[in-house]
Amino acid sequence: MTTEAAILEELGEVPAFWTRRHLLGLEELSAEEITLILDKAAIFRRVLDSHGRKIVTLAGKTCCNLFFENSTRTKTSFALAARRLGADTLDFSASNSSVSKGETFIDTARNIEAMGIDVMIVRHQTPGSPHLLSQNLRCSVINAGDGAHEHPTQGLLDIMTIQQRRGSLKGLTVALVGDILFSRTARSNIWGLKKLGAHVIVCGPSTLVSPRWAELGVEYCYSLDDILPRVDVLNLLRIQFERQATRPFPSVREYAHLYTMDSERLSRTKPDVLILAPGPINRGVEVTPDVADGPQSAILDQVTNGVAVRMAVLWLLCKDKMTNDE
Amino acid sequence: MPKLLVTNGRVIDPSQNMDRVTNLLVVDGRIAAYDVPSDGSAEEMDATGWIVAPGLIDIHVHLREPGFEDAETIATGTAAAVNGGFTSVACMPNTDPPIDSQGTVELIRQMAAAKGHCNVFVVACVSQNREGKQLAEIGQLVEAGAVGFSDDGSPVHDAELMRRAFEYCKMFDKPVMNHAEVRELSQKGVMHEGLVSLVLGLTAMPAAAEDVMISRDISLAEATGGRLHVMHVSTVNGVEALRRAKLRGVRVTAEVTPHHFTLTDDCLRTFDSNYKMNPPLRGQEHVDTIIAGLKDGTIDCIACDHAPHPKEKKMQELDQAPFGIVGLETSLGLVVTRLIAPGHLDWPTALAKMTINPARILNLNKGTLQIGADADITVIDPDVRWQVDPAKLRSKSSNTPFAGWELQGRAEVVVVGGVVKLRRNALSH
Repeated sequence: MTTEAAILEELGEVPAFWTRRHLLGLEELSAEEITLILDKAAIFRRVLDSHGRKIVTLAGKTCCNLFFENSTRTKTSFALAARRLGADTLDFSASNSSVSKGETFIDTARNIEAMGIDVMIVRHQTPGSPHLLSQNLRCSVINAGDGAHEHPTQGLLDIMTIQQRRGSLKGLTVALVGDILFSRTARSNIWGLKKLGAHVIVCGPSTLVSPRWAELGVEYCYSLDDILPRVDVLNLLRIQFERQATRPFPSVREYAHLYTMDSERLSRTKPDVLILAPGPINRGVEVTPDVADGPQSAILDQVTNGVAVRMAVLWLLCKDKMTNDE
Repeated sequence: MPKLLVTNGRVIDPSQNMDRVTNLLVVDGRIAAYDVPSDGSAEEMDATGWIVAPGLIDIHVHLREPGFEDAETIATGTAAAVNGGFTSVACMPNTDPPIDSQGTVELIRQMAAAKGHCNVFVVACVSQNREGKQLAEIGQLVEAGAVGFSDDGSPVHDAELMRRAFEYCKMFDKPVMNHAEVRELSQKGVMHEGLVSLVLGLTAMPAAAEDVMISRDISLAEATGGRLHVMHVSTVNGVEALRRAKLRGVRVTAEVTPHHFTLTDDCLRTFDSNYKMNPPLRGQEHVDTIIAGLKDGTIDCIACDHAPHPKEKKMQELDQAPFGIVGLETSLGLVVTRLIAPGHLDWPTALAKMTINPARILNLNKGTLQIGADADITVIDPDVRWQVDPAKLRSKSSNTPFAGWELQGRAEVVVVGGVVKLRRNALSH
């Protein structure tokens, strides 16, 4: 039975060990904290799949999407997550030009906060910008992607999708393929996956994957073909053309030749391999359409889980805690 | 001008290998005599337990005037210098307008004479308008008083221009001071390329961007017989290239900043733009090599690259915030705390790198307490511990990563040309 009352009871209170006001990255989270988010996200996923699709538990809270970089999926996902919880939402698309009026981005954020914001969801092209805001605002800050640094909710939704299909992360081999160097998704995935016991391989051309990555406790590899037979999950990352000052490979055609996940490569994987892609995908570059839309693909599931994960994060950051006095 | 007798201080003057407790007499703005007994004819200053050194010299300072007076002025920058124990600074030419004409050199020298609190020497541009295309009028700049040439802020990118600069400056016995950076390699980097930049996803500058330029400049100095001064060296291979060049007899000198022997790229994990400088803070192996280079003499001098920026500029996203930190008021404390106290350098060696060595690099008639020299004196309490408070800096800007740090050693008295410019705590001891 998924009545609202039953769901609320299952959600319970925010446990005492969760003391965070911000979600800035997965690097600093413990396995326990990640598991907490994923457990709550599983509950919210059931809400999304149910008839009502909504659970009003953050009524009166206001979440602001403060995006300094283009996004459709993440912004929509956060907005929907907030509304499904009964919170109000506000969009502030600050292109670079809005700051060109002379206002610093901290002032921009402070001004919006003054309108009564509880959670600032920040996307910015510069690593550390959400961290800077978290030090200068009183509200909660969620990092919705800061340059090539972190994108914690993307990492969480990827992990949630793997977990749904495979139960536990322990002992699984997860390969992140493609533009590792410029990928915030790669970094958030690495931290989260490792904390939950998965073996991580980063795979891509040597200009985007260097031996230094091994210092993070992951395996690095230049050949996708070499690792195909032994991976349980392939997470195909988008080439971040917009972040690359110099092209790290000779041509898209050559990249596709070496790294596109197509049906021929798929035939050399384990039969139950799981295909993820954080999107937006360049069909024919990272993955061919038949694989992207095939039975191994969990790409659309990732999108649904994204809303659930973001509901969990908003709930954990916004829900007033029980204090000992009460 | 009254006579001044500094009594019972430990006089350390590396220029004359002096290190002994004595009295030092100043008459008419010059060092007049040692071992003079106190007879009441001079104003006396008790320096018991303190070190009496030649006035400290920093040859890499951005005074920002003209053009960027919101960050610093000649008045505030030289006040910061005196507060940090410096009696002479050399100011960099990346002002607006840049210091590439006789008139601008003269303007700065006049403003410094009128409003400055210490001696100001002018480093002028290598190239016209710092564009790296055509040599500035170096001969006339020398006549106006320029002591060295640099396009600092930007490297001299064109190798042919650099070769000509060496050849031309040789005629005047002036060094070319280069900010060593190959821009194609450093791109729009905001920090050192290493494990930390990989984790943070920040655009990074590889050490090779500096190494390659230092090696190029050494080759060109060697080929021309010109004089190269490598500014703020920060890499393992840069120090090694300097060491080998010096063994071959290339006319090359080098400086290092206190932040490069103190901090590492790990600090960037805070995303605080007060850790954003160029060259960037590097890894521990680079810090260790720099300290080794200071010890074995490969690195001649310490210069802080004092780079004031107003708060609103530094409070931006890390890629927007400008490079650099203020350094004049923490430089001596960091030298004592990070080099002398741990035993890397002894006092005479450390002071040589802040007095006679920088004076020689720029051919300044400074950095010595020999009889007859200008009475530029810094009296240092080597033991005092103090806390860095950005609000108390005399600089117009407070962009320091050392806020709250406890440092050892501080200038207590600063004398410039026989005039007492700083007397901290009214000589309470």
